[in-house]
Amino acid sequence: MIKRLLLIILASSLLAACSATGKKDEGATVEQRNIPGQTDDAAASSSAQAYGTGFDAATSMLALDDPQSPLSVRIIYFDYDSSTVLPQFRNAIEAHAAFLVANPNVILSMEGHADERGSREYNLALGERRAITVKRQMLLLGASASQTRTISYGEERPVEEGHDEYVWSQNRRVELIY
Amino acid sequence: MLLKRKFISGLTITALLLVFYAAQAIEIIIDKGVENPIQVAIVPFGWSQTATLPPLDLAAVVTSDLARSGRFAPMQEQDLPQRPTRYQQINFKDWRLLGMENLVIGQLKLTERGDYDVEFRLIDVYKGEQIAGFRIPSSEIQLRRTAHRISDIIFEKLIGIRGAFDTRIAYIKVMKLKNQTKRFILQSADTDGFNPQILLESSEPLMSPAWSPDGKSIAYVSFENRNSAVYVQNILTGNRVKVAAHPGINSAPAWSPDGTRLALTLSKDGNPEIYLLHLASRTLQRITTNRAIDTEPSWFHNGDKIAFTSDRGGSPQIYEVSVTGGQPQRLTFDGTYNARPRYSPDGKSMALIHGKNGFYHIALLDLQSGYLTVLTQTRLDESPSFAPNGSMIMYATSVYKGSELAAVSTDGRVHQRLAFQDGEVREPAWGPFPSP
Repeated sequence: MIKRLLLIILASSLLAACSATGKKDEGATVEQRNIPGQTDDAAASSSAQAYGTGFDAATSMLALDDPQSPLSVRIIYFDYDSSTVLPQFRNAIEAHAAFLVANPNVILSMEGHADERGSREYNLALGERRAITVKRQMLLLGASASQTRTISYGEERPVEEGHDEYVWSQNRRVELIY
Repeated sequence: MLLKRKFISGLTITALLLVFYAAQAIEIIIDKGVENPIQVAIVPFGWSQTATLPPLDLAAVVTSDLARSGRFAPMQEQDLPQRPTRYQQINFKDWRLLGMENLVIGQLKLTERGDYDVEFRLIDVYKGEQIAGFRIPSSEIQLRRTAHRISDIIFEKLIGIRGAFDTRIAYIKVMKLKNQTKRFILQSADTDGFNPQILLESSEPLMSPAWSPDGKSIAYVSFENRNSAVYVQNILTGNRVKVAAHPGINSAPAWSPDGTRLALTLSKDGNPEIYLLHLASRTLQRITTNRAIDTEPSWFHNGDKIAFTSDRGGSPQIYEVSVTGGQPQRLTFDGTYNARPRYSPDGKSMALIHGKNGFYHIALLDLQSGYLTVLTQTRLDESPSFAPNGSMIMYATSVYKGSELAAVSTDGRVHQRLAFQDGEVREPAWGPFPSP
C-alpha cells in the first residue's frame, strides 16, 4: 500500500512536471494523463502538496488505509451473470466517488472479474461490464472520467481457486485499485 | 431425434475400454468407445538394422492413435499369433481363427543417405487382399508424423472419413510457481501430446488461441500490456504482430476461412461488438450494433456468415449474422445459457457450451432441425474445438486441481481425456489438416 501511495505521489509530481500535453502512459498501473480543464497552476499546487511538504497529500491518502472508513472496501462483489451493484456496496462506491472528487489527481483503476463458469470470452465481456457499471456510478457521483480506468480480466485472475459457490462468489468482483 | 436416440443407447452400454498410455507429459484415457469397435492388429514393423533398436516403434504409435479414437480395438501385442513383416509371411488361417479382420504390417529401412523408408500394408484378412499399401520416406525427426499419417490412412480406409491424427493442437497451459505467481504458456503439440512446442510464455494471462486456416500462424489474446490485446504469431519464425490493442477488451479472434480477416470482439466503442479486421489493410469493419455483449465469433465454412454469443435477449444465446451485416438471427432457444459457438467443418452443426442447473456441458446443435444434443456429462466444460474432419470435439473440463483437456466424438459415443502431468491445461484449439 505504501509503495502504491508513493507511486501515486510520484505520478502526480510527474504530472505537474509534464507540460499541459502530458502523454498517457499505456499499460502502467498508474495512469499519467493531463486532466482536461485543469490549469498548470492547479497541477503545480497539487504537486506541491504531494512533493513539497508531502504531508497534506499523505494525510488525505491515509483515509484510504483507515479500516473504519467505507473507503476500506476495495472489492465490490456481484451476483452470477450480473453486473448490478448490490445495495450493500452503495456506501463504499459513494465514499470512493467522494474521495476522487476531493483528490482530483488521484486515479482509480477498476478491474472487473468473473467466476469460472461458462465461456471465457463471454466472462471477459462480463468483467468489463461490471467494471463499467461501477465506473458509471462514480461518474454520476462527480468523479472525473480522467480519474477512472477500467480493465477486465474475465475469469483469468481468480482470487480463490476451486469449483464451489464460495469460490465463485469471491471471484465475481470489481477491484478498486488506487 | 436420431441423434438423441443414439446418444441414449451410447449411455447404456457399459463397455469400458481403458487404455493407459504413458506419453511425454500426457496420459490419454479412453473412458468410453463405440459399441462394436473395428478389430485391427498392428504387427511391430520390421527393421533393417537388426543389431540396433529402431528409432521409433511405429506400430505402437499407430496402435495408440487408433485406440484413442475409440473406434478401433487394436489387438494387444502379446496376443499376436505371428509377426509377419511381409505379405508373403502372413498365415491368414491363424488370423481368421482369431476373428481378426484387419492386419497392418510394415517395415522400417535405413537408407544409404541416413534417412528412413517406411513401408506399410493394410490387409483385409478375410478377403486376403491388400486394402492400402504405401512407402513413405522420412527423416528421423519425421518418423512420428509418418506413424500418424499411417493411422490417418487406416482410419480413412476403414471408417470412410479422413483421419486427423497428423494434426496439431494448441492450448494454454498454466503453471503455478512456488511464490504463488503463475506462468501462462501458449503451446502446440501433436494430438497425442507429443512434440510440445512452446510458442509464448508470459506472467500475464493468455487466452483464445486460434489457428490460421493454413496452420502457419496462431492468433491469441495476451494481457502482457495490462490489458487484452490480440496478436498473430508465425509458428515457424516466432515473429508476432499486435493486431488489436484498442481501449477496452480485445478478444476472441477467429480466422476467416480464406485467412484474410480476423473476426474479433472489441469494446472500443463502448461495449463488446463483433468486428472484422482485414489483416492486409488493417481496416476494421463493424458487424454488430447492440448495447448487449456480443462476442465469441465463429465463421461458417464458406465465409458468408458468423455465429456469436450475445445476451441481447437477457441471457447468453447464440446468434448468426451475415458478414455483410444485417439483422442477426437467434439460433438457440433451449435453456438460459448457450455460448462459445463453433461451426462444424461441414457447417451442418455447431458445438457450444450449454449451461443448465449449474452444469456447463458441451452440446451439439443440429443447424437444420435446431435440435440440441448434450455430449458431455462433466460439470464445467468449455472451449469446444472441432477436429478438422469433424469427428471429434476437444474441450476443457474442470478437475479438482484446475482444468484438463478431453475429447468427445460428435455422436457422443467416444469419450477420452488427455491428462497432462503438470500444470493446468485449457482452451484447446484443434489445428487444420496439414497442407499437402
